[in-house]
Amino acid sequence: MDNSSSPSKTANLSKSRKCQTVELSALEKQLINLLQHGLPVCERPFAQIAKEISSTEQDVIACLTKLRSEKVLTRFGPMFDAASLGGAFTLAALAVPEADFDFVTEQVNSFEQIAHNYRRDHDFNMWFVIATESTEEIEKVVQAIESKTGLKVLNVPKLKEFYVSLYLPV
Amino acid sequence: MVKTFAATAAYLNITFKRVYIMSSITQEQDKLTDQERQYILLTQNGLPIIQEPYHAIAEQMNISVEQVLSLTKSMQERGIIRRIAAVPNHYKLGYQFNGMTVWDIDDEQAEKFGDAVGQLPFVSHCYLRPRFLPEWNYNLFAMVHGKTEESIAKYRGQIKELLKEVLVTRNHDSSQNIITKSNDMLTSTAILKKTGLRLKK
Repeated sequence: MDNSSSPSKTANLSKSRKCQTVELSALEKQLINLLQHGLPVCERPFAQIAKEISSTEQDVIACLTKLRSEKVLTRFGPMFDAASLGGAFTLAALAVPEADFDFVTEQVNSFEQIAHNYRRDHDFNMWFVIATESTEEIEKVVQAIESKTGLKVLNVPKLKEFYVSLYLPV
Repeated sequence: MVKTFAATAAYLNITFKRVYIMSSITQEQDKLTDQERQYILLTQNGLPIIQEPYHAIAEQMNISVEQVLSLTKSMQERGIIRRIAAVPNHYKLGYQFNGMTVWDIDDEQAEKFGDAVGQLPFVSHCYLRPRFLPEWNYNLFAMVHGKTEESIAKYRGQIKELLKEVLVTRNHDSSQNIITKSNDMLTSTAILKKTGLRLKK
């Protein structure tokens, strides 16, 4: 069930915080602000966007290509509902003793079904998303993590998801 | 110009909300057609940033651009596509702090108040989840993002203000006078793993 375990890469947030923020041009800011809300569904969407902000289709395309390649935009395009893609998901947590943290990180990350894993400051200090093909497989992965780590998994699948309107203005 | 901007944004937002509410009802019985699977496989890594992106998809799917556009709209209406948009890297825009706020709220009121919390512009995810008493008493999760530690603390305060009437006071061990907290914020101190979710071929 588990993959060949890769060494756990711990991206230290406090270290990376200082250098990551990028400088953006006025057009870049405009596009980031506007396109977080959505792109019109039509044959020439970038031409329509350009009209909105008094720019040109060519400039909009060049600007978005740059933002995408520089990874200022992590995604651009349709956002699919994960459940519609035919999988099962849950959020789970472990309360890991501090001394074992790195070891348990490796154990948990070795499962290919672990999509995200974050360290958080709480008694439950490790929070991860399990993504599988089926609900039954979730249960199997939970049990496998418990037997591998000897820790009890807090398994909190979503009961209800609320619509969000996240907007990060620049 | 600024006005058009805001108007478009507001319009799109309203459209998406309506679509989402519809989708949450129908989503369960929806199975993907072969054509939809193909569409997802072609676009899940992104829409081509070219003059006519849907023509490029149409060519690869061997259907007309009109068919691709109507397929896109139909998938949006059914909630298979949440939205077609740009997702910025939070960190690169200076939003370097996030907090998973968790709340113990009255079950009867949870849907109504969860909906209100999701509307806040700084909330990126908002879910109801099961409690596991006594070790986990929180049923509402809302992820907040901000540029400073102070800003996420302020956002937590705003959510608290919104939820103040429905927060549950539990006293799970009155003999020792241990009072369970009604809310908390778990900030992330390290990313241990991050992979994308993808439809497999």
